[in-house]
Amino acid sequence: MSIKPGTRYWSTTSSTAIVVVRAPSAEVALTCDGAPLADTEQPAQGGTPKSEADGGTLLGKRYTDADSGLEVLCTRGGEGVLAVDGRPLTVAGARALPASD
Amino acid sequence: MNPSLLLEMVAGAAGDRRAIGELTYAGLDARATAVAAGLAGSGVANVGYVDEYSETLPVLFYAAQRAGLPFVPLNYRLSDEALRAALTRIAPAVVVAGERQRARCEGIEGITVVSRDALPAAEGTVPEASGEVSVLLFTSGTSGEPKAAVLRPRHLTSYVMSTVDFLSAGEDEAQLVAVPPYHIAGVSTVLTSLFAGRRIVVLPSFSPESWVDLVGEERVTHAMVVPTMLGRILDVLEARGETLPALRHLSYGGGRMPAPVVERALRLLPHVDLVNAYGLTETSSTIAVLGPQDHRDALASDAPGVRARLGSVGRPLPSVEIEIRDADGKVLGPGEPGEIFVRGEQVSGEYLSHRATDADGWFPTRDRGHLDGDGFLFLDGRADDVIVRGGENLSPGEIEDTLLAHPAVDDAMVLGVPDVEWGEVPVAAVVPTGPVSDPAALEDELRAYVRERLRSAKTPARIHLRDSLPHTETGKALRRVLRAELVPGT
Repeated sequence: MSIKPGTRYWSTTSSTAIVVVRAPSAEVALTCDGAPLADTEQPAQGGTPKSEADGGTLLGKRYTDADSGLEVLCTRGGEGVLAVDGRPLTVAGARALPASD
Repeated sequence: MNPSLLLEMVAGAAGDRRAIGELTYAGLDARATAVAAGLAGSGVANVGYVDEYSETLPVLFYAAQRAGLPFVPLNYRLSDEALRAALTRIAPAVVVAGERQRARCEGIEGITVVSRDALPAAEGTVPEASGEVSVLLFTSGTSGEPKAAVLRPRHLTSYVMSTVDFLSAGEDEAQLVAVPPYHIAGVSTVLTSLFAGRRIVVLPSFSPESWVDLVGEERVTHAMVVPTMLGRILDVLEARGETLPALRHLSYGGGRMPAPVVERALRLLPHVDLVNAYGLTETSSTIAVLGPQDHRDALASDAPGVRARLGSVGRPLPSVEIEIRDADGKVLGPGEPGEIFVRGEQVSGEYLSHRATDADGWFPTRDRGHLDGDGFLFLDGRADDVIVRGGENLSPGEIEDTLLAHPAVDDAMVLGVPDVEWGEVPVAAVVPTGPVSDPAALEDELRAYVRERLRSAKTPARIHLRDSLPHTETGKALRRVLRAELVPGT
């Protein structure tokens, strides 16, 4: 699939929803819980994880794939692991920048 | 990404938090949706705002984003003529105007003027629109002719994504906004503060006393000021013996900050984290920051190079690249002054009229500066001659033109000179048309003449009478020659 910045995706098996922050350098297969994502809004289903230890995605966290450069922002938390070509995405660390405006 | 998605996320996770004034995030989100529905299908191309900062600004900003329309905050301090010229350029548009501004905005073809309490609104939701342009901001420009900087959704959302963590602010945090709506920081804060979950407190019209009062009353924890404001705030704190215990974080930017003022702030507010931010309208706000620890290290250091960093704007954001180049485009090394170039996803460098970035995405800031050996950026002044008075850009050309319109003036040149209170103030050198019997009276008359036609900020602080002014052989003004005379040592 060709993934562009700003595109929103929804999991078909959980309540996970994301928006693409940075596009991957090449075409990749983006999945959640092993299933392809939908580009139309899907109803929330299943629980939402409370912490990173529960697995799944957390609202407001950014997830990245170092190999392809893909970065997504989670707009609705949910169960299931986000992956690119089978590689699980990793959660990006907090910014250490001070507020400036 | 539509910037309004960022509001939607915070509203979904912390809808009960206060966003601005009495509006919660859920309330702001609902209001923005209703106004977006009112805007959608109205046939307008832009959404203008001509007023002091108010709770309406974030409503209108997010409504415009949701409807896929550019938000255009205009300078309500512009002369009638300049304001109407700007409005003409954004027609067809809905323009929200304050009570005192309404009459000045009316009667322009394609401009529908509404008041803050009568925003267009409708029931229901709007289909998600992805606008091409998020914000149009008119800059002063070097020629004096305003340029409309174009900020697209990707610039603004990249800026937020690379600088702010979602809901990272504590529930007690409040950000005081004291810059006008047409300042880039006034726009970017509705994204950065609100995405962090930090409540916005508005000071519509700045005075140092009201700023200090509001910080106390609203228990403000975070604030952003332009250099001129900080010196005056410190005067009030010193006179009153106040220390602002709730304040934790104070950022400043928008012009050259005299190092003595920073040292005074560190002394008077030892519990406050100071942040110097450097950014431009065309870069979606901040591109370099001097952080709290940088300030403390510099103040504590005996090494001249480290101590000097109190006068630095810090290091580039991790998501931004900065280069210093000479007039031929050669990249310069540490300590070598040249023009500051910047590249990054938040950098637009685009105007309605043209694009200023090169093929590789580098934007020439027209600011002069240099980097030190550790990558700290120092601003040396404007590559152009724009005068930055109290964070506001003034064009010398406009003031010169006004002076030249006076019958007693044969030639005029205006430049900014350093000023402790304002950072820079305009001063003029004038060649009179004939003999002058009373120079002081002529100076007073010319200053009154400019004040009447422009406004007090643009009135030269001093007017020097000269027999001639330095020009190149092709007639171009040699301001640097005059500057060397008026400001020895520059």
